[in-house]
Amino acid sequence: MTEEVAVLGAGMHPWGKWGRNFVEYGVAAAREALADAGLKWRDIGAIVGADTVRGGYPGHVAGATFAKALGWQGARVTSVYAACASGAQAIDAARAQILAGLADVVLVVGADAAPKGFFRPAGGDRPDDPDWLRFRILGATNPVYFGLYARRRMAEHSDTPDDFARVKVKNSAMGALNPRARYRSRVTAEEVAASAVVADPLRLLDICATSDGGAAVVLSSMEYARRHGQAEPVRILAVSTVTPRYPSTVLDLPDIATDSARAVEPPGETFRRSIARAAYEEAGLGPEDLSLAEVYDLSTALELQWYEDLGLCGEGEGVKLLRDGATALGGRIPVNVSGGLASFGEAVPAQAIAQVCELTRQLRGVAGDRQVPGARVGIAANQGLFGHGSAVIAVR
Amino acid sequence: MVTGWFAGEGNDFRLLGTRCSACASVFFPREDHHCRNPSCRGGELTEVPLSRRGRVWSYTDSRYPPPSPYVTDPELSWEPCAFIAVELEAERMVVLGQAAPGVTVADLAVGLEVEVVPGVLHEDAETTWMTWHWRPTGVTA
Repeated sequence: MTEEVAVLGAGMHPWGKWGRNFVEYGVAAAREALADAGLKWRDIGAIVGADTVRGGYPGHVAGATFAKALGWQGARVTSVYAACASGAQAIDAARAQILAGLADVVLVVGADAAPKGFFRPAGGDRPDDPDWLRFRILGATNPVYFGLYARRRMAEHSDTPDDFARVKVKNSAMGALNPRARYRSRVTAEEVAASAVVADPLRLLDICATSDGGAAVVLSSMEYARRHGQAEPVRILAVSTVTPRYPSTVLDLPDIATDSARAVEPPGETFRRSIARAAYEEAGLGPEDLSLAEVYDLSTALELQWYEDLGLCGEGEGVKLLRDGATALGGRIPVNVSGGLASFGEAVPAQAIAQVCELTRQLRGVAGDRQVPGARVGIAANQGLFGHGSAVIAVR
Repeated sequence: MVTGWFAGEGNDFRLLGTRCSACASVFFPREDHHCRNPSCRGGELTEVPLSRRGRVWSYTDSRYPPPSPYVTDPELSWEPCAFIAVELEAERMVVLGQAAPGVTVADLAVGLEVEVVPGVLHEDAETTWMTWHWRPTGVTA
């Protein structure tokens, strides 16, 4: 078990399609996080930026871009790219600097201005890039992979499209309570069923949109937090950033094939499951200790998978947990009370930081209408491309 | 488009992977430099044809045209394209591919036997780019 770091401040720019530069969203989120922490930008010893490739490279490297926009003040700078896990790895980098004594207080910022429609790889002829290849040779978009997982769940666990729709109904009801969410109307199962099929069996309202957005947190050492009058701040106990174990036998974005299990028996757990386990081990906690979870519901069916991978229920029991109301507000273990990606859409490098912002508000008890009563422990989990995934555990 | 991923015609069409001479791990798309088994001391990687038939691990389709670099004809309306992830028993791996033209999700089920067949990815006046398709066995089209 490692030492703890404090979350002194959290800030967000609302998600949506605002049509502005990602720097603007990141700076707005950063200023809010600094104000929330009661700090000035000049007090910050280090900044970590979660990169956006479309807006952020080449031409912008997020850490320095945000530092310049806030006004050069000589802070140590780091930039992190890990696809959807960029935000969590930015938090991990900040935490490592604090625990190593390299910085007392660090600002972490992620922001994105997403293109309309499907995510796509960077341009050019790049047949050495697996992400380029899956689009060029197969036309396999992200929703194609989500569709494969959803259909597999239907075959293995008898999940139904109605069950998937129920996830959207739940998350939209909670997103309706969140002023930072992009979609703030409650969605009915009938509306999900009436939306167009994107990748069978998933429909438009089963799949998260692409969005603009920004999120930031201010992290510090516990000693610094105490000096600044925060005796009991929200604390981060774990940031898991493990890689898969060979052979990885679940087809994952952006791969065209899995590893072969011919020479080596597969590990006893999938990659997603190992992300959660590593976080629990680092925190010295288990799923039974959780008050809430924020997970990457890139599709409704994937949220059900996370229930099982986080150990909230047994394998194949995700639908039962959902139907019992356990993952709704007021249930035993509310999942995505923020509204999730279903209500936010995806602003890639901001998303994992936004999850931690939600955990922070919930653990402080200031989440308003969507407050989980008495929340003490929260987990946030995500998965990106190329064997990247992360989980963050925060406590109060 | 990509070289050495498949070869042969008709019933001789095969996906080509590589196999490590030290640990027998199989790789597709082909791995020509280093065996990726972390416990392997690293053997020579030699080309090996993959099993021609396998079972459907899962399937889906794409109801909207994928973005570039996938090549679509903007003049034509998009016909949904089905995808099949196929479990190869001997190799103990899953390989994704498009379903053969005319095969829709209504024709598919998890566990169904499929075989690999040659297909056309894209063609223009000068070039025809070939690819692989999965097709339920017993279907001829």
